[in-house]
Amino acid sequence: MSEGYNFAYLDEQTKRMIRRALLKAVAIPGHQVPFGAREMPLPYGWGTGGIQVTAAVLGPEDRLKVIDQGADDTTNAVSIRAFFARVADVATTTRTEDATVIQTRHRIPETELTEGQIIVYQVPIPEPLFKLEPSRAATRRMHALADYGLMHVRLYEDIARYGHVAIAYNYPVMVNGRYLMAPSPIPAFDNPKMHMMPALQLFGAGREKRIYAVPPYTEVRSLDFDDHPFRATRAPHRCALCGSGHTYLDEVVTDDRGGRMYVCSDTDWCERTREAA
Amino acid sequence: MAYVAVKGGERAIAAAHSWLAETRRGDTSLPELTTGQIAGQLGLAVDRVMGEGSCYDRDLAALAIRQARGDMIEAAFLLRAYRTTLPRFAHTEPLDTGAMAVRRRISATYKDLPGGQMLGPTFDYTHRLLDFAMAAGTAPEAEPDGMKMAPVAGILAGEGLLQDEPDGPDMPGDLTREPLLFPAGRDVRLQALARGDEGFLLALGYSTQRGYGNTHPFVGEIRMGEVAVEIVPPELGFVIDIGDITVTECDMVNQFAGSKTAPPQFTRGYGLVFGHAERKAMAMSLVDRAMRADELGEDVTAPAQDIEFVLYHCDNVEATGFVEHLKLPHYVDFQSELETIRRMRADAMAEERAEAAE
Repeated sequence: MSEGYNFAYLDEQTKRMIRRALLKAVAIPGHQVPFGAREMPLPYGWGTGGIQVTAAVLGPEDRLKVIDQGADDTTNAVSIRAFFARVADVATTTRTEDATVIQTRHRIPETELTEGQIIVYQVPIPEPLFKLEPSRAATRRMHALADYGLMHVRLYEDIARYGHVAIAYNYPVMVNGRYLMAPSPIPAFDNPKMHMMPALQLFGAGREKRIYAVPPYTEVRSLDFDDHPFRATRAPHRCALCGSGHTYLDEVVTDDRGGRMYVCSDTDWCERTREAA
Repeated sequence: MAYVAVKGGERAIAAAHSWLAETRRGDTSLPELTTGQIAGQLGLAVDRVMGEGSCYDRDLAALAIRQARGDMIEAAFLLRAYRTTLPRFAHTEPLDTGAMAVRRRISATYKDLPGGQMLGPTFDYTHRLLDFAMAAGTAPEAEPDGMKMAPVAGILAGEGLLQDEPDGPDMPGDLTREPLLFPAGRDVRLQALARGDEGFLLALGYSTQRGYGNTHPFVGEIRMGEVAVEIVPPELGFVIDIGDITVTECDMVNQFAGSKTAPPQFTRGYGLVFGHAERKAMAMSLVDRAMRADELGEDVTAPAQDIEFVLYHCDNVEATGFVEHLKLPHYVDFQSELETIRRMRADAMAEERAEAAE
């Protein structure tokens, strides 16, 4: 463990402050709770919110998994995992079911999460309405009044123009029938996994200084219309490595003559499926 | 200071400048910084000054930084003031960044691609913990030679998913020779951005990500390395290579829903700057894309999309000159303002008294 730094980097006062924000966030599912985000030794936008939330919930007995784009081996995931191994001396794992805390950027693992697990999302922009109304003072009022007409109009305009909703990631969801929430830039494909998830879902946005949460077994509905129900999409292929036909795939360019292969974005799932075969 | 005594100003200025020289030198018990040390060990500062100073010369940029006491805008100003005295004897062929000897190349859109991801010398994924051991000195490893890699843009373009770039003018504009006029072509816009202030462009690019001018950017590719600079001297009529420069290029790919004339596809924002200046190249490509709103039939609602606003305010040498001119004497103007305010107050008070009397 790094000398001169407290367990998990943050001092205990700061952790307490973050935990209070987390408790409030859990009590009001989907509501954005402002918190005093600290400067972290990683840059804003690279997971400082997620790191602070993880630092606040992590104990010495925990087993941490960190993924970015679904993969344990992407550079930023490697860096964050190394950070916690360094400042918290915590055990790490790549196996989804072995982890007690999973910090993620842009994906929810393919393996179903279970009770007792915590998934921490790194959130760049917590405000789901920001593209429709850039002023945070205005959107705060809209959330207070549950005034989400703007977003419905946005979806309607997409349907009128393209015949379907043209939002591929960060697809807005209604949490517990009350708050409109940004699921962070996970592909819309992952949205249904949030619904009634047995694990606790925590969201940290460091630069924007907001925390929000979805408690276990909470209703999370992707916004849609009765006659245009939400549809999750993925590349229509099988994984070239493990053969899975229902997972989210990365497109890998294999040459400069148009060659492509599709592989699972969740590297843990892919490896384990290959091992089992 | 003897600021007010205009007639004694000459001596005051001379005294101030020798004080500046003394302050610049710092503690004389420590050795003086050499420009070679600055060029070698503060390389990113040198890159920034070369970019904003519009002059690719590491030694001159290092000298400017030393002379400016590390004030980067002052250093860029010094370099520009030197550059403007140089004759322009030729213009180069377009740089072939596809043939770059790449030292760093990353794509955020593809996990893997021909040539692979190559991190190169980067702060990315470092933990920002002060390295107290660094004072003891470090022995870095030798830098590997650059390698050639095919540009990412070709991958998307091959599928027709990337917007066609219209040809630019045969002879691109040059803001260092001609005034900025509107409407400004993309050649001139890109030149202005390449010379523009990193901090200003960073803030503008950032604003587009937070909802002020919607973009949906992905880093198609960032590459940094050496490219050959070629010219065709009219007396020869063929291409000759006059040397290599280090540049950073950013191709930002943006989602575009399509318009009346174009199908849904990805559009591009482009950044190219001298040296290793990744933040600047990325910010530049975001702002370049934002300024194409009108061309792509999008509503112009945000500062970053307003071409005039961006181009008139991105130049830090212009900006610092005008902001800092406020410390020049303005006695005459201020005196006239004083008289006007006094007259208006007198009138207003007279009216109040008249109303109170009624």
